[in-house]
Amino acid sequence: MTATLSRSTFIGLRCKECGHPYEAGARHVCEDVCFGPLEVVYDYDAIRSRVSRATIEAGPTSIWRYREFLPIEGEPIDVGTGFTPLLRANRLARRLGLKELYIKNDGVNMPTLSFKDRVVSVALTRARELGFTTVSCASTGNLANSTAAIAAHAGMECCVFIPSDLELGKVLGTLVYNPTLMAVKGNYDQVNRLCSEVANTYGWGFVNINLRPYYSEGSKTLGYEVIEQLGWRLPDHIVAPLASGSLFTKIRKGFDEFIKVGLVEEKAVRFSGAQAEGCSPIAQAFAEGRDFITPVKPHTIAKSIAIGNPADGPYAIDIANRTGGSIAAVSDAEIIEGIKLLAETEGVFTETAGGTTIAVLKKLVEQGKIDRSETTVAYITGNGLKTTEAIASSIGEPFVIEAQLDSFNSAWDRAQSLHRATWETVG
Amino acid sequence: MAVQVLIPTPLQKFTNDEAMVSLEAGSVDELLQAMEARFPGILARLCDDGGKLRRFLNVYVNSEDIRFLNHQATSLADGDEVSIVPAVAGG
Repeated sequence: MTATLSRSTFIGLRCKECGHPYEAGARHVCEDVCFGPLEVVYDYDAIRSRVSRATIEAGPTSIWRYREFLPIEGEPIDVGTGFTPLLRANRLARRLGLKELYIKNDGVNMPTLSFKDRVVSVALTRARELGFTTVSCASTGNLANSTAAIAAHAGMECCVFIPSDLELGKVLGTLVYNPTLMAVKGNYDQVNRLCSEVANTYGWGFVNINLRPYYSEGSKTLGYEVIEQLGWRLPDHIVAPLASGSLFTKIRKGFDEFIKVGLVEEKAVRFSGAQAEGCSPIAQAFAEGRDFITPVKPHTIAKSIAIGNPADGPYAIDIANRTGGSIAAVSDAEIIEGIKLLAETEGVFTETAGGTTIAVLKKLVEQGKIDRSETTVAYITGNGLKTTEAIASSIGEPFVIEAQLDSFNSAWDRAQSLHRATWETVG
Repeated sequence: MAVQVLIPTPLQKFTNDEAMVSLEAGSVDELLQAMEARFPGILARLCDDGGKLRRFLNVYVNSEDIRFLNHQATSLADGDEVSIVPAVAGG
């Protein structure tokens, strides 16, 4: 163990609020002082001495090319997570009037097509190191998919909790890995509360509860990858969805760490966040100039980001304010238009969270809150095939024809006139 | 007016490792005082110096967040179940 421990660059845990130190065990709150969230502490001198652009570029094409920045001691569980495409989105940029726009597409992340594979790869690696044999989570869907899949790969027992009204794709995409799946009659915040109570009495590793300090670090890789894929530079502006607010804060931390160890030149990056109107406690607080969150009861098609009581909300507001960014909310109708816009202009089919991000991107450009000359990155965090219900009634239908040329000819004529009608409406 | 209180793991060192305790209280504020009387020192963990519940703690009465009820003045009735839950990350 000494050999692997000496490779580790993380030292322990520390309260994000009061700074009280803790050992690197399975705990997530500052239990001795203030109940603030715990964060991983690293030895940045050690990281700086070991890591360069060249060592990273020579690493695996997964999040583990950044392993020195991640809180593990031994060998990672590597299921090919991360290093997803950063797509130059010229057609969408033109449509919105932006000069340089990129889509970071975690809708094709491995193994379960959402950014959650990043956090779960880290959490389950650490869970194994801490001796857990059963892993669990409270999930709005994507996290359940990822935990069940990576637990299966690692040969760990798995019991996951979801709200009972989730999209079918997310339910099937969990069950297929054969975990124990608890569909709880209630919203995500109720599921989360139940899981905290279960975590009290069962000795399981809950990725987003007692493993949360390790888990959330996985999201930093979305910051690192964008820097590397932009040719080792920072963008001017990023737009990301806000659920608990954790992803947003960790992208910031990823940027800050690369600056700190000298991998990228420092410059100002504006951070803007996206919420659905039907669950927008962070956007509401931001609009009202508050630094505290008033919880809400979610009612939106964007179920994967429907967290009414977001734990990292205050930190997300702080980052948006400090960087000169914005936090905005869009309606369910705008979310569907956002999904369609990204699909039609860039060939990327995202889920409702991604539709929210694109709709907010559009809104902020229209409001002048994203400058047209800013190099902008929009984070797409999940895949549209998981939430087909959300758009089923909004995307037209196929022409059903006979296997005969005549039938095709007349259908093709109808298709052309429909296209013309659409263009005339668009103007 | 006995209410059942679910104690989160990090606070069970105050409650002799009991995950569920029964206390007399007519409101959440009274419950906090009753907890301090029974388990000295616990109040300083739950509340800041001004007596306000710490912002990273969620308190539920019969599964409802007290921020949807009457905050710390939320009244309690015999048999109510109060759950104290530290905030957790999203999913």
